[in-house]
Amino acid sequence: MTRYLNAIRIFWSASISAEMEYRANFLMATLSSVMTLAGTMFMLYLFYRTGYELGGWPWRDALVVVGVFTFLEGMQSTFMTPNRTRVTEHVREGTLDFVLLKPIDSQFWLSVRTISPWGIPNILLGLGVVVYAALTRDRLPGILDLLPAAATLIFAVLMLYSLGYLLSTFSIWYVKLYNITMAMQTLVETGRYPITAYPAAYQVFFTFVLPVAFMTTVPAQFITGQGTAGWLLGAALVAAVLLILSIAFWRFALRYYTSASS
Amino acid sequence: MTQSAEKFSIGWPHKLRVMLGVQAAEMAQYRAEIALWAIATMLPLIMMGLWAQAGESGLFPLKRVEMFRYFIAVFIVRQFTIVWIIHHFEFLVVTGRLSPLLLHPIDPVWRFIIMHISEHWVRVPFVFLIIGGFLWLYPQTLTGGTDGTAWWPGLGNLALAAVAMYTAFLLRFFMQYTLCMAAFWHERVAAMDAIIYMPYLFLSGLLFPFEVLPDYAREILLWTPFPYMVWFPATLVVNGEGPILRGFLTMIGWMILFFILYRWLWRKGLKHYSAMGA
Repeated sequence: MTRYLNAIRIFWSASISAEMEYRANFLMATLSSVMTLAGTMFMLYLFYRTGYELGGWPWRDALVVVGVFTFLEGMQSTFMTPNRTRVTEHVREGTLDFVLLKPIDSQFWLSVRTISPWGIPNILLGLGVVVYAALTRDRLPGILDLLPAAATLIFAVLMLYSLGYLLSTFSIWYVKLYNITMAMQTLVETGRYPITAYPAAYQVFFTFVLPVAFMTTVPAQFITGQGTAGWLLGAALVAAVLLILSIAFWRFALRYYTSASS
Repeated sequence: MTQSAEKFSIGWPHKLRVMLGVQAAEMAQYRAEIALWAIATMLPLIMMGLWAQAGESGLFPLKRVEMFRYFIAVFIVRQFTIVWIIHHFEFLVVTGRLSPLLLHPIDPVWRFIIMHISEHWVRVPFVFLIIGGFLWLYPQTLTGGTDGTAWWPGLGNLALAAVAMYTAFLLRFFMQYTLCMAAFWHERVAAMDAIIYMPYLFLSGLLFPFEVLPDYAREILLWTPFPYMVWFPATLVVNGEGPILRGFLTMIGWMILFFILYRWLWRKGLKHYSAMGA
């Protein structure tokens, strides 16, 4: 265990110092996060200015959903996306052999190898929006709201990670799947707004097929004091199943990996 | 001398046909990637869900069926106006692979435009599949259902929409290509495009029909190039309505501006590029 924690520390400090060479990018990332948030607010304004409420969510509650989404987006681009694109690269260039030879779990190595700080503006902005919206609501969230909210947020991160890893495992068979990250990102985009604002067919798909509803709407429900035990349990279950699936599928896929020269 | 010149002076239509064929074949190798691209461009269909629900409330100028039609049109327009030249161009300049292209007796910009058009057409089967699935789920989009008439924009309007769509593509292409020229001075231009992409994303009509905008916002936006890249061709696909004359004039105006800017930067950039030792 300490060996794994040590590895994480070394990997991350190395990748941060490498990325620090491109500090101008940080400015760009911040600018683009702020612009995306402004654009999303503009979208919300277009809906709410007529008195319409997205899926019956009042303005501030919808803001919480936006905040949770922005936060998760930041987590994804900091911890997940940079590693995911590397898996494909390793398979294509045959360097996955070296990873498999290391005396450390290959999925662990591939999942934590690098981080990129460009998601940090989104993480901070997202948290900021959530805190602002939660504090200006009529009813402040209590500890009984915040504990399950934090738990569902962790489940959401696990779901995003497992789904992403599941998809990048496909690169063992199809090497040219760079765009798979983009494809998933687009579908996950649904989570920027409350799931109840969509038609029934969408709600079914984004709850049971691609569990976006569990990622943003459920944590937001707890923050706004509308969560129920059933949803908490559901989120835990979905996260666990996806995580186990991603591990099992990786092991299965490795049996088909024929390495660079054989 | 004259004989060989005659031999090699092949006509423009032929050159274009050959280039299109080659590029289409090249792009067809990436079918799986391009299928994923088709999914990656489904954002309008996600927004369609939100707006269709909203349309049911009666608080917006468009009804549910009209929202369906608008966003299907947006999805189609988007497929034929996608521009990614900046990623390719950055790669060419940074790795120095632009040099062999400069030796060709034809400006590389032609090659880039044709690459895009063939990539769009390789994506068509997937696009039809996605739209087909959608119409199967919501057939009232075509028939009009209980609250409206059948969807039939008419051949004339569709032809006009196609012209608008390709004009929109060229406008977006030259806008991004102008930015590409920065690659001669800066290493990571693709990151700069992410900033230009934001107003395109939020102000082009990709995420909402312009009918729901407050009047002042619509009037301001109609002076920018963005609405003409998505909203204008899409409304033409839906019902042939829209400020046709103003639309085309504004598009052409912006295009001329970007074109002049690009030619000027291209000349300056090439000098700078060769100064790097290429």
